[in-house]
Amino acid sequence: MPEITYREAVRDAMSEAMRRDGDVFIMGEDIAEMGGSMGVTQGMLQEFGPERVRNTPISEMAIVGAGVGAAMAGMRPIVEIMYQDFTTLAMEQLVNQAAKHRYMSGGQLKVPLTVRTQGGAGWSPGAQHAQQLEAWFVHVPGLKVVFPSTPEDVRGLLFRSIYDDNPVVFFEHRTLYGIKGEVPAEIEPIELGQGRIHREGEDVTVVATGRLVHEALAAAADAEKDGISVEVFDPRTLLPLDEEGLVSSVKKTNRCVVAHEAIVRMGFGAEVAALVQERAFDYLDAPVERVGARFSPLPFAPVMEAYVIPHEEDVLAAIKRTVGRNGNG
Amino acid sequence: MAQVAAAEPELRRVIGDGETVADGEVDGLSEADLVALYRDLVLLRTYDERSVVYHRQGRIGTYAIFWNHEAMQAGAAFALGDDDWIFPSYRESAIGLLRGMPAETILSWWRGHPAGWWNPADYNVASISVPIATHVPHAAGLAWGKKLRGEDACAIAFFGDGATSEGAFHEGANFAAVMRAPLVLLCNNNGWAISTPLSAQTRAEALVDKAVGYGMPGTRVDGADVLAVYEATREAVERARGGEGPSFIEAVTYRTAPHATADDPRVYIDLERVEAEKKRECVGRYEGYLRRLGVLSDEAVEEIRGDAADVMRTGIGAAEAESPADIGLVFEHAYVDPPPSLAADLADLRRILGGSSG
Ligand SMILES: Cc1ncc(C[n+]2csc(CCOP(=O)(O)OP(=O)(O)O)c2C)c(N)n1
Ligand SMILES: [Mg+2]
Repeated sequence: MPEITYREAVRDAMSEAMRRDGDVFIMGEDIAEMGGSMGVTQGMLQEFGPERVRNTPISEMAIVGAGVGAAMAGMRPIVEIMYQDFTTLAMEQLVNQAAKHRYMSGGQLKVPLTVRTQGGAGWSPGAQHAQQLEAWFVHVPGLKVVFPSTPEDVRGLLFRSIYDDNPVVFFEHRTLYGIKGEVPAEIEPIELGQGRIHREGEDVTVVATGRLVHEALAAAADAEKDGISVEVFDPRTLLPLDEEGLVSSVKKTNRCVVAHEAIVRMGFGAEVAALVQERAFDYLDAPVERVGARFSPLPFAPVMEAYVIPHEEDVLAAIKRTVGRNGNG
Repeated sequence: MAQVAAAEPELRRVIGDGETVADGEVDGLSEADLVALYRDLVLLRTYDERSVVYHRQGRIGTYAIFWNHEAMQAGAAFALGDDDWIFPSYRESAIGLLRGMPAETILSWWRGHPAGWWNPADYNVASISVPIATHVPHAAGLAWGKKLRGEDACAIAFFGDGATSEGAFHEGANFAAVMRAPLVLLCNNNGWAISTPLSAQTRAEALVDKAVGYGMPGTRVDGADVLAVYEATREAVERARGGEGPSFIEAVTYRTAPHATADDPRVYIDLERVEAEKKRECVGRYEGYLRRLGVLSDEAVEEIRGDAADVMRTGIGAAEAESPADIGLVFEHAYVDPPPSLAADLADLRRILGGSSG
């Protein structure tokens, strides 16, 4: 199996869809000659030309809104919002428009739009350039939300998202673009709503997304030295969520830690905790632990940012807390 | 409703080329004013050039270079009173220097250090908001607020050519016009938004044409001609103070440096044009003008450059002497009064900090 980076995997999925299908095109800020702010679309202008690899004005609302319109016209647009923080400027188009058109036409219209965006902390770019906002979108009926953590997953899930007939908000994590991983020689689409067990274990399930999947795997390797066997489950898509996969893992291990980079308070982890207590309460030997960012805007100063966002140690500490309790309290 | 004349499409210039194009002059500027303006230009230029070096040395983070934009910044600021508010974009990050802000503060900002937080009210210079154009409505609202309070102050918002594609620019400009807010909209048209040229940003012949649509006067000036920018801004400020509402100034220059230190423009920019523009850069042009006027001696130039270099030496020294960022500040500033439900986070922080020092 070939080994490629997460960045190449994203590019591969888009390029392959564009080779196969003239309805697929990409647009966004600085994606053409420059290849995007993260180099993801490098080389695509040369292969597909400026009509299908389209630089746009700095107009996030129009980028998403025109994507909605082009999707209504029968295209399969992939639009890029340069930084996840700037999805805020397109919120009306995402929440009131992309998500609602099918419903408001009585199911007669479809919006096969993919909105790619990237973000995440780690490089301390400050309060307006590194937020993880994926949980906002999981609250909106009509959208699908995908957040892959490996090259193989990002390629298969993006390819599948492009061919989804619903609007998909697709999150990439900036610090993962350089990681390498093996992928099948041919692109294999991955269904939305199927989690992935990265590592099997007996004592506790860590449900992790994005960068935190890697932190969780590192924490799991550490915990093993202390005789704790950790299962790492990546839901990969937040909406639809692989509830069966998640719940059956927790039923096996009887303990659950949820780890994401986004803020803990009112976050995706809260939903997972609620789901687990609804569907596996009698199996739990300890309360569900949550790991995520502290409730603060992201600081510019590296030491402060490092304090606000979660790391391997935080996952490990949560694993130990939960394993340290027994069922009798 | 007052009639708004069509925007001026011709580039206004004051400074000649020392050969075929004659120098003009701006009324009301004394020799001392002219030299003070030069001092501002040199300070900004020195700040910018040193910052690129500091970045290469790893002493500041990613930095948005403003080389050849100094004239529009210094020229506009020179036309303002101290009570007038400046809303900079990242491209005008050092404009506070012209309001007495220490270089240390701005360098600390680029170092990602809490010492880079300034109180906007101390300098009447707003904090920098990096999402493009989002500060245009703030400037409109501040200017309008000043008017409602019966104060004389106005506001100026700096933003790029790319920013004119954002909804926030459009809504802010229209709002200011409707409210007759005392606002100057200063568009830094440097031809590029990262890798996107102006031609891919708009089909308008000139950005200044947009002013007509908002019902406000528009002026197009050579943005590398500090006197032309000064004069256009002074007129706009007079209108603002006279109750005539906002004005739009398109200051045209060319971005000869990368977008920021992390950018490599060679894949998209016209390098010959860059070289040609570098030869016409704004500080040298003004220096030539002053020398032709006979108001700037070699000694004065040397002294002014020396002073600017001192400001930077002192600034970077002080910024580097700051003790490391205090993690204890994390929960300090998001709220005036942190909600009680955050108490657990605060207690946790104190426990960790207490633990590490004990
Ligand atoms: C809302 C928003 N969208 C995108 C960006 C990313 N971005 C940063 S600078 C820039 C280009 C801005 O160009 P322009 O307005 O011409 O200003 P200049 O950099 O030339 O001074 C872009 C697209 C951003 N900061 N904010
Ligand atoms: Mg520009």
